[in-house]
Amino acid sequence: MVHTYSLNGFDITLDVYSGAMHLCDPVSLAAIQLYENGNREQTARQLMAEFPDNPEMTVEAISELLDILDGLKAQGKLYTDDPYSHSRALLRQDPGLVKALCLHVAHACNLACSYCFAGQGHYRGEAALMPFEVGEKALEFLVEHSGNRRNLEVDFFGGEPLLNWEVVKALVAYGRELERKTGKVFRFTLTTNGMLLDDEVTDFCNREIYNVVLSLDGRPHVHDHYRKDRKGRGSYETVVPKFQRFVQRRGGKEYYIRGTYTRKNLDFLKDILHMADLGFDRLSMEPVVTGPDSPDALSKEDLPGLFSQYEELAREMLARDKQGKGFKFYHYMLDLEHGPCIHKRLAGCGSGTEYLAVTPSGDLYPCHQFVGDKDFRLGNLDQGVTRNSLQADFACNTLYAHPACDGCWAKFYCAGGCAANAYHATGAINGTYNFGCELFKKRMECAIMLAAAREE
Amino acid sequence: MKIKTLNTRDLKASLTEGGCGECQTSCQSACKTSCGVANQPCESKAQN
Repeated sequence: MVHTYSLNGFDITLDVYSGAMHLCDPVSLAAIQLYENGNREQTARQLMAEFPDNPEMTVEAISELLDILDGLKAQGKLYTDDPYSHSRALLRQDPGLVKALCLHVAHACNLACSYCFAGQGHYRGEAALMPFEVGEKALEFLVEHSGNRRNLEVDFFGGEPLLNWEVVKALVAYGRELERKTGKVFRFTLTTNGMLLDDEVTDFCNREIYNVVLSLDGRPHVHDHYRKDRKGRGSYETVVPKFQRFVQRRGGKEYYIRGTYTRKNLDFLKDILHMADLGFDRLSMEPVVTGPDSPDALSKEDLPGLFSQYEELAREMLARDKQGKGFKFYHYMLDLEHGPCIHKRLAGCGSGTEYLAVTPSGDLYPCHQFVGDKDFRLGNLDQGVTRNSLQADFACNTLYAHPACDGCWAKFYCAGGCAANAYHATGAINGTYNFGCELFKKRMECAIMLAAAREE
Repeated sequence: MKIKTLNTRDLKASLTEGGCGECQTSCQSACKTSCGVANQPCESKAQN
């Protein structure tokens, strides 16, 4: 399977099963499209018909070109067949192995963002803060079930984690103690709305937190439309100076300014550039997660405009690179040579197996998006995972368990997509959230083009 | 007529050389909604 496309003056071929990429021109791109059936005479005729005024379209030149394509195929870099469909890598070897936890240290929030997927932080339940003892058990559970995985991940999430900051710090300290005893390596991450961010939090994060995600939606009127406190006051003026101070003191360590876009700001590129102009150079922007009846919801009619936004974002990033004011955009970060192996790309997002969410009371869910839906409660820290068949469903939810992904060129980039999005869109965790797929494919085309442009 | 092949990770080769599982879960980074694994760097010592 090959995927060919043109974007921003680049003609690109992706050979799906090998991961090989080729920068082409319009002629060679057309040749690759036409020659997939292997018929030289037919391809040559079609090329001459498609480019009648091109003086390079000689019989000899076309023959040389097709020889090159034959050579790439022989090298396993073009028209490769699927070598993975019968691989043991298709199934998770140990469904009970856990390597990452999303700790809901707070089912409470000091903002009341109207689009919050988590019901303003309460996840459709009672407000609660995670006691240290529950977090302690969670870290022990993680170590106990991590097998021989060395790198373990713990994300402090919510609600707003800084509402439970003393517990967060105590859990990090306990994690470091477990590291010394076990040889495991904890990688802590934190998401925050920034309202309680101060120098003490910043200094601690700089010492202990690998990545910090700071929530900002962009321009003031966009951010404040949704991200208000309980008295209806926008939070932009409070959080932006805090985020700027945090980033100035971060010293090059990982952080992201992460926004959500909705139907209200289909021109979200303006918000991304606003954030870049505020001095932030590591950005992320996600489409809103909400039901289709919400006035904030994006729809397929919005897709052409959204595609343009993503394409223009990539062009703007290249322009800013040249001006010395480049920035990173999360979804466009691709390392062509050192990206994930095929095992990762086949395994899926890991929800429900290697990645679990833990509520303040210690209940276990497949991920943060399923928390509060009792149908998906997997167990709790005291008894462990008790719904083994549900966990098995998630463990089997690898890429090749998604029938609709079979013919998709982007499948090894998304690994089957978000199980929660699939479930909410189709009723099945191995379904596909088609709207999300369309956005994802466009983002990947832009990311690949960006990587190719930077190589050139 | 141009074809320039970029240096990319050989996915078929990674079937035997990969699979250590040490790479970051995608939801632990800056997303939490859209998944996507391709931007997670390989953390295998052998690869790097």
